[in-house]
Amino acid sequence: MDIFTQVSWSPYLVGAGIGVLSWLSFRFARKPLSCSTSFAKTSGMIERLLRGKKVAEKAYYQRIKLTIDWQWMLVLGIVFGSLLSALLSGDFQLVWVPTLWAERFGDLPLIRLAGAVIGGIFLGFGARWADGCTSGHGISGTMQLTVSSWISAIFFFIGGILTAAMLFGWMT
Amino acid sequence: MIKKKVNTSRLLLGFGFGIVFGFLLQKGGATRYDVIVGQLLLTDFTVLKIMLSAVAVGMPGIYLMEHFGWVELYPKSGSLGMNVIGGLLFGVGFALLGYCPGTIAGAIGNGYLDAVTGGLLGIWIGTGLFAALYPQLNSGILQFGYYGDVTFPKWLKINKWVVIALFEAAILGVFFFIERAGL
Repeated sequence: MDIFTQVSWSPYLVGAGIGVLSWLSFRFARKPLSCSTSFAKTSGMIERLLRGKKVAEKAYYQRIKLTIDWQWMLVLGIVFGSLLSALLSGDFQLVWVPTLWAERFGDLPLIRLAGAVIGGIFLGFGARWADGCTSGHGISGTMQLTVSSWISAIFFFIGGILTAAMLFGWMT
Repeated sequence: MIKKKVNTSRLLLGFGFGIVFGFLLQKGGATRYDVIVGQLLLTDFTVLKIMLSAVAVGMPGIYLMEHFGWVELYPKSGSLGMNVIGGLLFGVGFALLGYCPGTIAGAIGNGYLDAVTGGLLGIWIGTGLFAALYPQLNSGILQFGYYGDVTFPKWLKINKWVVIALFEAAILGVFFFIERAGL
């Protein structure tokens, strides 16, 4: 049982585990592992709560449907799976400002929050624009050898590497 | 009544898959900002190792199951307008936020308060903005360079097992290179 209390596993082992989880997901859930649509659904549900039923009539929400489905529960499950893993290994910690960010931009939570909000806007907007994220395109799509997913995944990293280089200074 | 019951078990199944997925992501370190940004700064290759191992193991399994008719595949439709521009926009957010939609859920479970506050709020604003602009985008830029839900074996007209063998070889080559460089 030691393995469950270890802080980290080999990334190769973790990846292989996600690969096997994908087999099971295709076989038993009849769905690939993917995450980002659930965030769009939640956003639409919150807006519907604030602005009324007409929000659900938007063309995009007609397409993705504002319902709690398999994928929405998958994302919720990730929160608890990660919590369980972190608690078992003693790796759970409440952090406002991650180390690398603090070294570059200081440890003021407000500045980190501003970065997280702006980053989140780009991430959410871009994930819907590309119709997938690092899991839907980056893992599930690429393993199906889908052209749209390989192009997306490559451009996720091109955009990310260039932005990180600008934010942190190249390779420092 | 029966329909509702089936639906509930499906939701529970999703939750169960999520628990395993989140557990693995946390053990891999992918729920940490430093690991994700380290990948984008090309100083820590954990994220690429996880993603490519998942593909190396997942790909032959799902194609074998599809061969026996046990599963269906769900390749996504796309276009240059969607995947190149959307991919770049996503990448900007990936570096600034330091989490992606799956790993931010894991980061929340791991205790990252920037993820559960600013990160979630930002993603919701971003997806809401896209929903507001969707009608205009969908009749314009998203159609540019449309190629549909094509896969490499179909596009290149090469036997799928050959393509899989080539991708496996390429992934192993990347691992060999990363390990040799000590990353």
